[in-house]
Amino acid sequence: MAEVTYDGATCIYPGAERPAVNALNLPIEDGEFVVMVGPSGCGKTTALRMLAGLEEIDDGSIRIDGKDMVGVPSRDRDIAMVFQNYALYPSKTVGENMGFALKMQGIDKDERARRVREAAKLLDLEEFLDRKPRNLSGGQRQRVAMGRAIVREPKVFCMDEPLSNLDAQLRVSTRTQIAELQRRLHVTTVYVTHDQVEAMTMGDRVAVMRLGQLQQFASPTDLYDRPANVFVASFIGSPAMNRFDGTLTEDGIRLGQALIRPSSKQLQEARGHDQLVVGIRPEHVAVSVSGDLTVKVALVEDLGSDSYIYGSLADEPDSNIIVRSGRDHPRPGEVIKVSVDTSHLHLFDAGTGERVGD
Amino acid sequence: MTSADVAVPAAQTAEPALYTGKRAKRRSNSLTWGIVGWVVGIIFFFPVLWMVLTSFKTEAEAYTNTPHIVFSPTLSQYKAVFSSGLWPYVANSAFATIVSTILVLVLATPCAFALSLRPVKKTRDVLFFFISTKMLPVVAAIIPIYIAARDLHLLDNIFTLVILYTAMNLPIAVWMMRSFFLEVPGELLEAAEMDGAPLRRTVVEVILPIVAPGLAATALICCIFSWNEFFFAVNITATQAATVPVFLVGFISSEGLYFAQLAAAATVATLPVVLAGWIAQRQLVRGLSFGAIK
Repeated sequence: MAEVTYDGATCIYPGAERPAVNALNLPIEDGEFVVMVGPSGCGKTTALRMLAGLEEIDDGSIRIDGKDMVGVPSRDRDIAMVFQNYALYPSKTVGENMGFALKMQGIDKDERARRVREAAKLLDLEEFLDRKPRNLSGGQRQRVAMGRAIVREPKVFCMDEPLSNLDAQLRVSTRTQIAELQRRLHVTTVYVTHDQVEAMTMGDRVAVMRLGQLQQFASPTDLYDRPANVFVASFIGSPAMNRFDGTLTEDGIRLGQALIRPSSKQLQEARGHDQLVVGIRPEHVAVSVSGDLTVKVALVEDLGSDSYIYGSLADEPDSNIIVRSGRDHPRPGEVIKVSVDTSHLHLFDAGTGERVGD
Repeated sequence: MTSADVAVPAAQTAEPALYTGKRAKRRSNSLTWGIVGWVVGIIFFFPVLWMVLTSFKTEAEAYTNTPHIVFSPTLSQYKAVFSSGLWPYVANSAFATIVSTILVLVLATPCAFALSLRPVKKTRDVLFFFISTKMLPVVAAIIPIYIAARDLHLLDNIFTLVILYTAMNLPIAVWMMRSFFLEVPGELLEAAEMDGAPLRRTVVEVILPIVAPGLAATALICCIFSWNEFFFAVNITATQAATVPVFLVGFISSEGLYFAQLAAAATVATLPVVLAGWIAQRQLVRGLSFGAIK
């Protein structure tokens, strides 16, 4: 259990044009489950590996419980890591895999066996302790990798996309298991994923990264309700948030032919940002005969419980809009009217992409 | 609806015909390759068969033209070989082979480890340098080697052969071992590092079990090369340190070839390698195809 602090931590790969991780500041509390998320190449895995001691910290520092980790080798950081491909030792049995770190610490055989059995029980692996990893299924291997981390009772867990090799169904159930296990063990955890659903469901707080830069570090609901910039707004949420180019006028924001009227407070905050990106989530747009926007339907995704209408604004054929609808939905090719719930508008400066107002 | 119903049976009848065609082609293909395989195999195996057959003939039978396939086998040639002082040569060969192979493995393993898992800027140049030593014909190096051995009073000394065989096999061993080390996933090393294992424990407990088949294959190749080496042995040994291949040449004397005896001696000389290859067959195949498929 430990506090982890990224303090301006920077990693530059030799020959790279920009830092893989650029001055990352991330205060992680004791026992917190933090998820780093972003598209591939955003630096999330590098940031994790810097904490684990597998990448150099070229500038700034990373502290664990206040102790600077620059120059401290991995083995002295008391961190356990779960790798994407699990990295189980193929020549060792499940039990030996899980007990290897304890063996390296010089813990005696009986104590090792006890702790391995305890962890195996926790992960439902007791009957597999004598098997080799190659005789296990993907899900079981994943659990062994978790077990190897748990047995050590480390200060910090690092997990690098541990679910990406599992099938969709197993991924969902393992996701909840890991989150629940982490809450029970209360070990500070840094978890890397490119899957925003994993990020939203597992993390106490989520760090969204892009091109080596931290975009926002907040709780899942904050990220969803108050994205700090256009990138976060489009990355978090599925389907993605609708975004339109708008122009600020005296009495509202003009989207092509249509005029939408935000609250007077929001309008006030938008003063000075003439060109805006207007964001609105699909669930805050509704099919309505008296709607402000005219939409040409291109495609409808029927999910059973509800449906998503994909289309474009009638007067801007290049635009994209997604509308959540009930089961009673229009057909592709129809032209419909939709209304926007203006209390849930997100406004961003078109130039900087930063959020405007609260 | 009807059009779909009609279309389906048509597709169903068409598909099997297509598959049979493909399958027939594949079968004839594999037959062709099978024949090629057998022909090449027989071409390789025939001299060996000839050698073994001849070793059971009398000298007179060995010279018949046309050769006799049916003959009454005799062990007299083997008796002659064993009574003509074979054992010191076998002992020399075994010593040079085993010691040089051990030395090669001891030196090549850390070297290949460094070159594959901890590469530096000039790693490729170093690798090229190693293999470049195999580009010079051995005969071009024999005079300096001979003079050096003579001046160091190491002529006809088995340790000279050990050193030469070690040097001869080291580049191949480094290249082979390197390709096996490259197959070790980097994450395993990182996992061991995270688990707190020092380098020595990582190598012994994690890496070596993975590359064991490769190690076995390398060892076998080194053994075969050393055991069969003739050129160095014939040039820098005389009586004390001569090896089995040198012994074999003794049967080609000025009075003429002792064909059957030579065949018997050659069969005896081949046996250890065949045995070692047969024992290590599974490991060897795994080792030699290690880099090909994951």
